[in-house]
Amino acid sequence: MTRETTVNIALAIALLAVPIGAQFADHPFIITLSTKVAIFAIAGVGLNIALGYGGLISFGHAAFFGLGGYAAGILASQALNYEPLVTWPFEIQGTTQMLIIWPVALCICGAAALVIGAMSLRTGGVYFIMITLAFAQMIYYFAISWPAYGGEDGLSIYVRSKFPGLNTLDPITFFAICFALLIAVLGFSVLLTHSRFGLALSAARQNPQRLTSVGVRPFQVQLTAFVISGMITGLAGALYADLNRFVSPAMFSWHTSGEIMIFVILGGVGRLFGPLAGAALFILLEHLLGGITEFWQFLLGMLLLLIVLFARGGLIGLLAGGRGNV
Amino acid sequence: MSSAILEVEDLSKRFGALMASDHVTLDLRPGEIHALIGPNGAGKSTLIKQIVGELHHDAGTIRFNGRRIDDLDAEARAKMGLARTFQVSSLAPEISALHNVLLAVQAVEGSVFRFFKPVIRDKKLVAAAMDNLMRVGLQDRAMVRTADLSHGERRQLEMAIALALKPKVFLLDEPMAGMGPDGSQQLTKFLARLRDEAPILLVEHDMDAVFALADRISVLVYGQIIATGSVDEIRNSKKVRSAYLGEELA
Repeated sequence: MTRETTVNIALAIALLAVPIGAQFADHPFIITLSTKVAIFAIAGVGLNIALGYGGLISFGHAAFFGLGGYAAGILASQALNYEPLVTWPFEIQGTTQMLIIWPVALCICGAAALVIGAMSLRTGGVYFIMITLAFAQMIYYFAISWPAYGGEDGLSIYVRSKFPGLNTLDPITFFAICFALLIAVLGFSVLLTHSRFGLALSAARQNPQRLTSVGVRPFQVQLTAFVISGMITGLAGALYADLNRFVSPAMFSWHTSGEIMIFVILGGVGRLFGPLAGAALFILLEHLLGGITEFWQFLLGMLLLLIVLFARGGLIGLLAGGRGNV
Repeated sequence: MSSAILEVEDLSKRFGALMASDHVTLDLRPGEIHALIGPNGAGKSTLIKQIVGELHHDAGTIRFNGRRIDDLDAEARAKMGLARTFQVSSLAPEISALHNVLLAVQAVEGSVFRFFKPVIRDKKLVAAAMDNLMRVGLQDRAMVRTADLSHGERRQLEMAIALALKPKVFLLDEPMAGMGPDGSQQLTKFLARLRDEAPILLVEHDMDAVFALADRISVLVYGQIIATGSVDEIRNSKKVRSAYLGEELA
């Protein structure tokens, strides 16, 4: 077992142990924080596929986080109001079943990522960053000005969505659902990076000409990665809506894009468990430093600067050393 | 002429005032090594780039197996069987030598859009990649990160990748560049046999290698082909001597 694997397993166990301990000590707030870490980590795992493995610096992943959230929020609020979502050409009812909400969120985010990616990937470098940002901001302003689902005030969902056989309102149960999904997307990430597609994606990042000269279009490979990336971040958005039982346009804002990016960079770009390490550190800082000073983000900025300057592998790089061969 | 695999006809490419390719006509026949020589800046690499589709030509046609490929992009041309090596190695530096070859093998043997099975566990794929590494003598360095390979080894790796593509034509842009005398000699022997697999368009400055290998030679000067012929014809051509070979053969 490599050192990185050991670090990864330790991180996963820590994320599992903290809320279980909190359950026994009766600190539901800590369980909620842990759930938040798991959800943010999922969002980061999504971005890491585009940013880390594909080298696609998306500054617009809030679009997918928000779309996933609104997919959950709108479906649930329609179901709770007993109003069908669509009446023509056929009737579609809202729902509060997670097992329906998740695939819907995945499909919507996948479709959005296909459109955004297809247009953004025609550019590169700084322009790619700006175009992805612009798309997310477009959706942000749309959400603010669309009164049907709360506009600027956001949309409250009065119950948490249901999962067959589980009481999702119980904090530790909801944490378990999020944790299981985190492990699932991490597992998918492992498979993806070692697969044929992962090899092609990695080559597209390192040297697109290499891919072209063996007869593969880098565009197709990168677009596929962008879609997968958007879908996973969208799933995190749907869970986040359920965690807060509230969605608001803030989910679409560039702050959110920046935060997801910070999770990935803090933890280690292109490192499997980087997003989890980054999200955990972010939440820890927010609550430890946030308790001391309201300028905690200044300290976060300093930390980010130090990591970018001196520890390119992020937290995982510090704990597990550089990446091995391949 | 119809027996040629690759036919370049009247190809022109202009960069501003510079004619990089000036009505270039050239063909490549089965089983031959056709060397393209010329002084620096004559437009040799530019010609290769137009043939593989990295640059688009302004006028003229390129035929491959009798079919016009002018409107195809670089990926489509590579898929049809045009394999090229680069003047300056163009590899994926962070992955192993083996993975670089696997990338080519998987592109040839079906799709890259498979998301679950680890590529390294695909025995057929790995065996094919190892075969090609062995052919260039790089089998012991298979798991080394490409960035850690020596210059010569990277050139060998480029060749292994080209082999893995099972091409119908090899376009080799200065494969000897930066190789020591031993390396050049080995590569010369290797290329001499390679022509039986697929014909080779060879851009090269190493005249010993060119004269040893070439069935035909074309001389490119300022974007124009000034002569095409056998090794002896080119050696004895006054025009070529004055334009290019000059003192080197005097």
